[in-house]
Amino acid sequence: MLSRRDFLQTSFAASAIVGVSGFGNWAKLSAQQKLTQNQLLDFETTGNVTLVHLTDCHAQLKPVWFREPSINIGVGEAAGKPPHISGEAFLEAYGLTSGTPEAYALSSVDFVAMAQEYGRVGGFDRISTILKSIRSDRPDALFLDGGDTWHGSMTALKTQGQDMVNVMNALKPDAMTSHWEFTYGIDRVTEIVDGLEFPFLGANIFDSEWNEPAYESHKIFERGGVKVAVIGQAFPYLPIANPGWMFPNLSFGIREERMREVVDQVRAEGAELVVLLSHNGFDVDRKMARRLPGIDVILSGHTHDALPEPVVVNDTLIVASGSHGKFVSRLDLDVREGGVKGFKYRLIPVLADVIAPDPELSALVDAQRAPFAEDLAAVIGKTESLLYRRGNFNGTWDDLICQALLEEREADIALSPGFRWGPSLLPGQDITREDIYSATAMTYPNVYRSEMTGAFIHTIMEDVADNLFNPDPYYQQGGDMVRVGGMGYTIDVSKPIGERITDMVLLKTGEAINPDKTYIVSGWASVNEGTEGPPIYDLIERYIARQGTVSMKPNTAVRMAGG
Amino acid sequence: MKLSRRDLFALAAGLGAAGLIKLPAYASDDAVEAAIKKFAGGMPKTGGVDISAPEIAENGNTVPIEVSAAGATSIMLLAAGNPNPGVGTFHFTKMNPESRASTRIRLAKTQDVVAVAKMADGSTAMARREIKVTIGGCGG
Repeated sequence: MLSRRDFLQTSFAASAIVGVSGFGNWAKLSAQQKLTQNQLLDFETTGNVTLVHLTDCHAQLKPVWFREPSINIGVGEAAGKPPHISGEAFLEAYGLTSGTPEAYALSSVDFVAMAQEYGRVGGFDRISTILKSIRSDRPDALFLDGGDTWHGSMTALKTQGQDMVNVMNALKPDAMTSHWEFTYGIDRVTEIVDGLEFPFLGANIFDSEWNEPAYESHKIFERGGVKVAVIGQAFPYLPIANPGWMFPNLSFGIREERMREVVDQVRAEGAELVVLLSHNGFDVDRKMARRLPGIDVILSGHTHDALPEPVVVNDTLIVASGSHGKFVSRLDLDVREGGVKGFKYRLIPVLADVIAPDPELSALVDAQRAPFAEDLAAVIGKTESLLYRRGNFNGTWDDLICQALLEEREADIALSPGFRWGPSLLPGQDITREDIYSATAMTYPNVYRSEMTGAFIHTIMEDVADNLFNPDPYYQQGGDMVRVGGMGYTIDVSKPIGERITDMVLLKTGEAINPDKTYIVSGWASVNEGTEGPPIYDLIERYIARQGTVSMKPNTAVRMAGG
Repeated sequence: MKLSRRDLFALAAGLGAAGLIKLPAYASDDAVEAAIKKFAGGMPKTGGVDISAPEIAENGNTVPIEVSAAGATSIMLLAAGNPNPGVGTFHFTKMNPESRASTRIRLAKTQDVVAVAKMADGSTAMARREIKVTIGGCGG
């Protein structure tokens, strides 16, 4: 193995070639309206192993708009470090210039103007073109899917993930791991997994009765004369963040000791390169890299971060490849004498107007969508504002959802989960039924209406805030803060649980929330079995149809305290 | 003879019933400290005991937990935030291949679990680990 110092020198040299400066070159070309597919895909094939990473596509088969967060606060050891920088600070940290396509892809700065200039992102026919190009350079490149693949769109929901399975099978991944996949229920997951031609990995998925492994932990590949171990890690908090009753006999968790055992096991089996295909979330991966020696590369998923360079922790490279099909990562590694001697990396932005669609995949995608064409295209209303979701505290899409919950269910307070999936819509765009599903499609969509005391609402807010802002990443679940309608509050992320949320105010009266008083609360995506109420996508459709055109004002009800 | 994990689990569950501890009906730091001192004859040093448990409980009613301490003859387990913190004490004879035991415990809320080990030479050791019990439902 290289010493840490050698490794850092190698990595800096490599990133000087293809990291920031490579990125900047195509940016300039694009500004001159000369950006071509070749420049986006240009890569000097290096070493002997190539990894291709796609993660958290959330079933977005077609190109979408996707605005990166403007607020993404890190706490503890992650404070102020990537990916917990956003907007102008992000551009500055990576030496990127605003107005360039990389600034458009990676930050929220001037999003609407940039989106109009550079167009949509993603699309599986474009992803196929990128894969084919990489495979023409390196036919045995490993293509690894980080999960959240079968869920997040109307067609995925209506086919229980079959559309995504069909499309991914055509792209021939070498392995995948999982999260939302399990929300189709264990029977459906088993049915799909039994038919997959590649392994569905999860070292941390256990049988909950005997506490024994329930899925394959890893697979060893031979690539370029190198034994490559790919270990899978599913989302650790599935039975807590999602309905555990849908997969009752499974237990997940971070299980650091289990990961240590699997790493030791694959090393003992002769692996010269150890890759962790992870759905941990970035901060959990960073902590795991710091504590567990022997992992060369972590392909990080779940928290939807997109970073133009790998983060190096000890001897581990952590790659973050974004979400919604917006990016594909290519990592070339030079593995010799049992260790990584060098690498080249490129986070390829899938700019849909620059990368040519692969006609075969276009046809396959269209075939999945054809049975639902009328539903997908139905125009329900129009938006005058940018609708987006990502950000720690609120987004205009969720503000709209909260308004709909308050009005349609005549509630005092609305709660909408802080999911990180869901594409954006530009001002002036029609809102189609497909767009509504892309922000809400799920297998537990019922909108509840119930009574809660002020004290209980405070407990919920504190609980979610601690899942996001606990200084120890192993106690974080990913996602963002629960979105709130009808109520304002102040949050101090630096405080411990129980003290972060203050000044809760009922907006319609301006009165402080009384801990002993009962309020009518409406929300969706409850993890409790038997939740009753209309599906969220139907409720949103009714509300938008009645409004005709929606217009969102900036949210001033959530205030940050303590800096 | 090498015991499988399954055998050990069954063994541990059987042993766990042996030594329940009597404590007041409410848990306080004092009660927990008193239980530790009574068992160990003073406050033990920290380290030398491993607690394996989820960081966040998937179900607070049945949280899997494993304790181990090389060379221990007994390990006491406390749930410091439960109304009654006493969980049980595992005793290990010389026939045990290692001093390791698993069980499942109920946790009323987010709290520390404490494991205190007595070694064959009379020394003692302890470890603490926070287990969070959460409402859940908003990750993704």
